[in-house]
Amino acid sequence: MIRNSLVPAPLAQLPWKVLLTVIGITAFGLTVLYSAAGGSLQPWALGQGARFCLFLGMSIAISRLREEQIKQAVAPAYVTLILALIATELLGKVAGGSQRWLNLGIIRLQPSELMKPLIVLTLARFYDLLPAGEIRRWTAIWPALLLIGVPAGLILIQPDLGTATMVTLGALVTMFMAGLPLRLFIGGVLAAIPLGAGAWSMLHDYQRNRILIFLDPDLDPLGKGYHITQSKIAIGSGGIFGKGFLNGTQSHLDYLPEGQTDFVFATMSEEWGLIGGVILICAFLGVVWWGMGVAQRAETRFGRLSAAGLATTIFFYVAVNLAMVMGLAPVVGVPLPLVSYGGSAVMTVLIILGLLMAIDRSQRRPGGAFG
Amino acid sequence: MNFGKPPRGGRLVTEAQQTFSFSRRALFVGAAQGAIGAVLVGRMAWLTIAEHDKYAALAESNRARSTLIPPRRGWIIDRTGQPIAINRSDFRVDLIPDLLDDPKREIELLQNLLQLAPEDIERLQDNLPKAAGFQPVQVAEDLDYEHFAAVNLRLPDLPGVVPARGFSRSYPAGPAVAHLIGYVGSASAEDYKKDKNPLLITPGFKIGKQGLEKSFDHFLRGQPGAKPSEVTARGKLVRELPARAETPGNTLQLTIDAGLQDYIAERMGDQSGSAVVIDTQTGDILAMVSMPAYDPNSFSKGISHDEWNMLSANDHLPLVNKTLQGLYPAGSTVKPMNALALLEAGVSPDETVACSGALRVGNSFFHCWRHQGHGAISMHRAIEQSCDIYFYQMSRKVGTKVFADMLKRLGLGEKYPLPFGSQRYGTVPDPDWKLRKYHKEWTVSDTLNSSIGQGYTLVNPLQIAVAAARIASGKTLIPRVVHRHSDQPPQSMGVSAEHLAIIHSAMGDVVGPGGTANSARIQVPGVAMGGKTGSAQVRRISMADRAAGRAQALGTQGEWKLRDHGLFISFAPVETPRYAAGIILEHAGHGAAAAQIARDAYTYLFDKQRALDTLAKLQPSWGGDIDTRMAKEKADWAAQQAALAQPQGAPADEGDMGAQANAAQPPDSSVATAVAPPSEAPDNTQDTAAPANTAVPANEATPE
Repeated sequence: MIRNSLVPAPLAQLPWKVLLTVIGITAFGLTVLYSAAGGSLQPWALGQGARFCLFLGMSIAISRLREEQIKQAVAPAYVTLILALIATELLGKVAGGSQRWLNLGIIRLQPSELMKPLIVLTLARFYDLLPAGEIRRWTAIWPALLLIGVPAGLILIQPDLGTATMVTLGALVTMFMAGLPLRLFIGGVLAAIPLGAGAWSMLHDYQRNRILIFLDPDLDPLGKGYHITQSKIAIGSGGIFGKGFLNGTQSHLDYLPEGQTDFVFATMSEEWGLIGGVILICAFLGVVWWGMGVAQRAETRFGRLSAAGLATTIFFYVAVNLAMVMGLAPVVGVPLPLVSYGGSAVMTVLIILGLLMAIDRSQRRPGGAFG
Repeated sequence: MNFGKPPRGGRLVTEAQQTFSFSRRALFVGAAQGAIGAVLVGRMAWLTIAEHDKYAALAESNRARSTLIPPRRGWIIDRTGQPIAINRSDFRVDLIPDLLDDPKREIELLQNLLQLAPEDIERLQDNLPKAAGFQPVQVAEDLDYEHFAAVNLRLPDLPGVVPARGFSRSYPAGPAVAHLIGYVGSASAEDYKKDKNPLLITPGFKIGKQGLEKSFDHFLRGQPGAKPSEVTARGKLVRELPARAETPGNTLQLTIDAGLQDYIAERMGDQSGSAVVIDTQTGDILAMVSMPAYDPNSFSKGISHDEWNMLSANDHLPLVNKTLQGLYPAGSTVKPMNALALLEAGVSPDETVACSGALRVGNSFFHCWRHQGHGAISMHRAIEQSCDIYFYQMSRKVGTKVFADMLKRLGLGEKYPLPFGSQRYGTVPDPDWKLRKYHKEWTVSDTLNSSIGQGYTLVNPLQIAVAAARIASGKTLIPRVVHRHSDQPPQSMGVSAEHLAIIHSAMGDVVGPGGTANSARIQVPGVAMGGKTGSAQVRRISMADRAAGRAQALGTQGEWKLRDHGLFISFAPVETPRYAAGIILEHAGHGAAAAQIARDAYTYLFDKQRALDTLAKLQPSWGGDIDTRMAKEKADWAAQQAALAQPQGAPADEGDMGAQANAAQPPDSSVATAVAPPSEAPDNTQDTAAPANTAVPANEATPE
């Protein structure tokens, strides 16, 4: 924390280390986008930078909220968002085909995106309200499953497997942190196997294909496995030190599909190599662990659960994307936050950051160890 | 599962316990996150370090696409090193679709500059969208310098247009080597389907389509160079990278004497025929001519429909290689061979036969060509005079098998190991063969017909040349067309030298006073030729014709298509044979004209200037040399087509159009083989069917 009388107190109180890390990740992402555009700010880097500044402002605004305010807003926000998801689904049906967006006139809102942090807050609120003695009872489980199941189901039928997975994972970790018996999670994993088989039958063809191709990308190298194959070529050919800024061939010659969005990490690796990748992964882990630290320091149950869940949500964002890009997970359409071109992920991550900072600030007032 | 009951007997959880459990679980989650992060870093390290080479190579092969530089085709040279097929440097214009500014305008400009035909433009517009953007597409090739220069001058207005120097195949002797060498052409869709070599679709690259060009295609082809360029996933050209040079193909040396080949082709004049000259010491084929022929130069450029139609309509069959694919009744050329068989079978050369002009066998009469008869005749005179009765009688005495075996030993009915796609090997008939083929018993008339080379006996010009060479040398010569040093010397046939001398002497007298080829004596001092004429009937001679005394006139005069084929086998010099030849002229009437061509061919080998003088004297009567005649033929055809195009003028020409019937075609060939381009499918039926349209089995003597 910068303690300087010249700097206004609210500014000085911000957790600058993590903010600078986030700004650094974004700046690095912008150079990658600049390169992906063939050495141009247009069409991606400039817009992305502007969006980041906007959402950073919002994030800092959120950080000024008090924990109590957030707590009060959770339930209405959850209901509103469920309604928005239903509305999205209905509008999509009317428009014919899948739709993830809700056009609000000024902005196109993706309700499922906001559900990622909100489900964590909702569960945190639920377990906050639940008396400690109830945690090992059935009443600790079924409402939570319902709270997760409704939005996850609505998102899955959009269809958006990536987001549905992320929402469910974030929520499950929150439940785990809430103290539910370990046996449930071990049993859950075992139960997931037959459930997975059931889910398989419900998946859309393109989603099944994605999974199948993940299992063997060489099945169809120029077809559906093309993404993974080209992505691995980009990463592998980058080597330890990369081909150098603006020298990537996979991205510049368009072999790498979606090199500025979901596969931006491959674009980055091709030019910056293993070094760039390790730095980026460490930076993200730094942010996530800062979030986990906030959770450890938090004094309220809501604060603890929220902070841990939110930090884990950021982690899943990064981990799922990287696993997918490196051929360890199916192509599920999860962007790399702060680096991939596109507003939603930036918005979500900065909202999460704002919430984490708010929770952190509530604990530290009048002063904390970190920041 | 039942979560309704508190698990573990309702153990109470306090807030303090919860906080403690949270801390532990948060640590666990944090550690799990770190572990997963480590896995991701490990995976990335695996990709970037362990598998770097593999992926770097894949990225490189993504990035760089090669445009092939077609290799220069190997030369084909004759036995002395004279070029037969070479590469002429020519000018070509290609375009690279990606670099075009305004394709429509540029193609229009090119059309004006190069005077492209509408069909060229159509082809170009067809090909443009199909080509990958960086791959050159041919606009025009074989341009003259003026047009090429014109494109060069306008280059600033023509981004993406690439004027280049290429190579086109050139055959200096043109039609003279057409059937021997074949020609080249762009690979067809089927060629590319068979061999997915990208070189095949590179502009300017040609493959061998016929003849030796086809048989030795891979030997002549060479290795392409490569011009890699950096290309996007959609095939857009980014920039060019350093090129790798091409390796030209190998040179193919033939046994052919290019001068002789050319001379014989010219000397054939306007006849439809074929000639093969063989070196009797080695079996080397010195000349292998089938005329008339197409111009391989225009085939290699891509022949026009019009020229193709003209060649197809020609009743002299310029598209058929008659040396290998023409089958004819051997006629009297088998007489010296059969005489050799008689000697080997123990018949004395002095034994005489009484020739009265006809021989009665059962109810039918077999005639000698000389109907007043030859009187008492011995072997020597029977060959010299080509007496049929002598051989009829002798065949009844020794049996047909003796003759058939000798003909086979001399190379008739045989397929030689020659690098040509299509060789027809004809028939040497014997009783077994007839039973197999027709399920009929061999008859006495079959024996008699075979003894004079009529009936089922079918040969091609190469085979009679080989037979002549084997008689001349007494060795089992294997004809060869590719020059090699390592071949084993030819083996002796095991025929007595004394017997050969008797045959040589008789054949020498054929080309002498009283012989059937007296007109063909070589004028070079000290060089005499030995030979044997033959003729093969095309129509049946009826008893009525014979009664009216028209038998001879019918075969030698009258409609061209119905005249007899003229055959001649020969060798020279007669005392110490050095060369041998087999010549067949279609519908020439008799063998004398063929004998004169043989004479001039030998004259060329011994006294070139004298032979050239003879040719110069003869040429005006045919309407000039081959090029002049072919040019005139083209002009006539164009005029005829123009006349046909007008509806009123049509009926008069119908007869001529029908004249493309397969006059010289081997009997079992369909019309398609006769008119189609020299067929690609190997046609190696061991036994061709019985003589049909060209060679009617004749219970008749051949007029000599």
